[in-house]
Amino acid sequence: MADNAVQPRTITTTPRTSDRVFRGIVTAGGLTSLIILGLIAIFLASKSHAVFSTFGWHFITDATWNPDDGTTMSTGQYGIGAMLVGTLITAAMAILFAVPVAVGLALFMTHYAPAWMRTPLTLLVDLMAAIPSIVFGLWGFFVLMPIAMHWSELINHYLGWIPIFSVPVPIFDRSPFIASLVLAVMIVPIITAIAREVYAQAPRDHIEAAYALGATKWVALRTVVIPHGRAGVVGGTMLGLGRALGETVAVYMVLNLVYAVNWHVLQSAGGSVASMIVNKFGEATPNEVQGLMAAGLVLFLLTLVVNLAANLVVRRTSRGA
Amino acid sequence: MATVVPTRPWRATPQVLATEAAGLAVALVLMLLTLRFTGFSGPLAAALLFIVYATAISAGLEGRRRGLRAAQDAFVRALLITATVVVLLPLVSIMWTVIDNGRAALRPNFFTQDLTSASATGPVDQGGAAQAIVGSIELVGFATLIAMPLGILSALYLTEIRGRLSGAIRFLTQAMAGVPSVVAGLFVYSAWVLGPGKGFSGFAGALALAILMLPTVARTAEEVLKLVPEHLREAGLALGGTQWRTVATIVLPTARSGLITAGILGVARIAGETAPLILTVFGAVAINTSMFNGPMSALPLYVFNELKLGLDMAYARAWTGALVLMVLVLVLFAFARWLGGRKTR
Amino acid sequence: MNDLVAKGVHAWFGDRLVLEDVNLEFAHGTVTALIGPSGCGKSTFIRTLNRMHEFVPSAKFAGEVLLGGNDIYASGEDVTRIRLGIGMVFQKPNPFPAMTIRENVLAGPKLARLKVDDKATLVEKSLQQAGLWNEVKDRLDDPALGLSGGQQQRLCIARSLAVNPKVLLMDEPCSALDPASTLRVEETIDEIKHEVTVVIVTHNMQQAARVSDYTAFFLAELGEPGRMIEYGETKQIFSNPRDNRTERYVTGQFG
Repeated sequence: MADNAVQPRTITTTPRTSDRVFRGIVTAGGLTSLIILGLIAIFLASKSHAVFSTFGWHFITDATWNPDDGTTMSTGQYGIGAMLVGTLITAAMAILFAVPVAVGLALFMTHYAPAWMRTPLTLLVDLMAAIPSIVFGLWGFFVLMPIAMHWSELINHYLGWIPIFSVPVPIFDRSPFIASLVLAVMIVPIITAIAREVYAQAPRDHIEAAYALGATKWVALRTVVIPHGRAGVVGGTMLGLGRALGETVAVYMVLNLVYAVNWHVLQSAGGSVASMIVNKFGEATPNEVQGLMAAGLVLFLLTLVVNLAANLVVRRTSRGA
Repeated sequence: MATVVPTRPWRATPQVLATEAAGLAVALVLMLLTLRFTGFSGPLAAALLFIVYATAISAGLEGRRRGLRAAQDAFVRALLITATVVVLLPLVSIMWTVIDNGRAALRPNFFTQDLTSASATGPVDQGGAAQAIVGSIELVGFATLIAMPLGILSALYLTEIRGRLSGAIRFLTQAMAGVPSVVAGLFVYSAWVLGPGKGFSGFAGALALAILMLPTVARTAEEVLKLVPEHLREAGLALGGTQWRTVATIVLPTARSGLITAGILGVARIAGETAPLILTVFGAVAINTSMFNGPMSALPLYVFNELKLGLDMAYARAWTGALVLMVLVLVLFAFARWLGGRKTR
Repeated sequence: MNDLVAKGVHAWFGDRLVLEDVNLEFAHGTVTALIGPSGCGKSTFIRTLNRMHEFVPSAKFAGEVLLGGNDIYASGEDVTRIRLGIGMVFQKPNPFPAMTIRENVLAGPKLARLKVDDKATLVEKSLQQAGLWNEVKDRLDDPALGLSGGQQQRLCIARSLAVNPKVLLMDEPCSALDPASTLRVEETIDEIKHEVTVVIVTHNMQQAARVSDYTAFFLAELGEPGRMIEYGETKQIFSNPRDNRTERYVTGQFG
């Protein structure tokens, strides 16, 4: 039996030279992203290793940033602790503001809005994502900030007994709160775009099953649509978080950078690694530039992890369902 | 037979609509009364109060008509409408303020003159952003020249070669889309400006922008190449064409308008980038057409630097820069949408 | 006594009339089969009976559907309460994917916020009625998607029965099932018809002959809207149809 069994033939193709060249070039092109990501890590690491060897973990944990006298690295103090904590605080608050609004908008667009309204709404949200960040910064500084300062005063007045809403020095402009509002406006379109897609893909037959059992619209959405989109919304949120962590000029304009950890979110003092790089860049000493490279490396790794995780989550959902 | 009139009995009756309208009117009156007799003031407080009252009234009306579950349904609907308004308000506000503030310095000289002869406090009919417009065109053009071929090659790898690395490459392209723009600028600064580039230059800026543009191009190009029907490729190969000839003469031309869309979306993505340019091209007041020789300006940089001056006339110029920038990005975006929409139809 | 009465039902999609003047009465404890070739309006008709028709944005309607004497399309009627009284089983089994078998059975009361005193009894009773109890009683907390297609469909029947409807609409419930599962579902219909009025759309004439007491034949002639051509006891429709179009259809000459 086994002797007579038919064995599959091995089929080989020898591509023509032109095709081999074509495949080589395309493959090399395909590897660009790998190469660039690798180069970014290598260059930033090589230009900043002196910082890490001088300060070690203190570069991450210390809050002080004092330029050196131009001789050696150790005559200065380089720590991005306050900037890092500030980045995380503003980004987290931005997520807090943006997610409920984005989810609500996405649900409205997919299941409540009349048909004629859906395309224009989608277009407007996509358009909002295309507005340059410096325009958001301008608007945040001149339009949103005066209004948000008023809100800050009200929150402080009524809720000041909660530690994070207290304000040791009553200055309310350029605070983490205001920066996070601007960031929230910037990331809502990102989260909405993904939430809209996953909500629109919610299986019709399950929605109809819920209706046939006597569910109201909201109950049907809560039972079928929202669970179906959960992982997608989590992924979109993390993409938004990545954007919020790395945003530079918009935050630069509406946040007062102070090199001390500050938990009073209404107060005019905050931190942002990305804005700090732009802020210090102009008059930095050569050693200080290495410190900025190190800060860039930390930011790069932080956003890389967040984005990779986000893409994993988003991809898992689009494959499943 | 007698004519039967089609109806939609599930739609709200005029009576229900009238009740709802009356409810909204009541909410409006309550809002005005609250503003008049309490400490609340300003348009936002008004909007907030109106939303709260309207939500409560509409949920209450539904509840009286159909019970608790209907009230909950109406409440959620009101919340979702509120969320939509909350997103649209800033969008409208941004558009309005940019147009309104940008008009003042929007004069012919804004497009024809640079800032060499104008003082920062000088009137807006002197000096302009010609150097920034020229710079932006050069920077974006160069970045496109770099990013388009690489992005299309990346996409071709995913759709034509479909090799073992496909998963990894798609993944890394996504990861690259998340690189903060300031990090891209810092990288080019360390790898080019401090090294072979010997100082700030347009080329350095184009490199940084290309890094940011590449993932957008690659992702969109992959989408449009995927739309090229498989049978076209097979037809090409069955005619005895090599893969290279098939891609060059059939696949790419078929996807041409989609690839142009990919490029435009990429341009829209980078045209407004500011942070990487601060670290690589620095900014300048005079027109510098050379990509390799010294700092130059660009529209986002122009806006940024004028803002930093903190003077009224400079603010006016910054707003106009933002207006031109935004119109540019939106036109690109609309054009890409139009091209894309035309293709799918 | 008639649980459900359709009076002069017309249905449109946009300006296209797809269903014209259907008058039907469904008696308590009976099974009525709606048969006819595809596109004849039978699915549209069944969806007008529990107001699922209106989910198509361009849908329009005329006529009356009376449930226990009340027009379900009357303004002010609570559509969710109507659907509680008229259950529906769909073409494709659609148990909620994130829920267990038990949770699926209890989904109706939960969605409609009905209070259930004895959940265990309700689960057992509904699954018994649907003929699924013996197969799943030891794994009620397993995910519903682990069941076979036929079991999933019977779970959907159990889910519909758990809210104790007066009428159960079935829109081609066996078209996605294999013959053995189809047989089980038909047995289930036989079991439940004493407690709930069943309306079943089917394109399988043997099935209509096996399960139903009454049969209505629908047909849409070229360029015409769907109409009900003939209605009668199932025996009569299959053995001695009055209309020759019905005869040609039930003898397999078209469709």
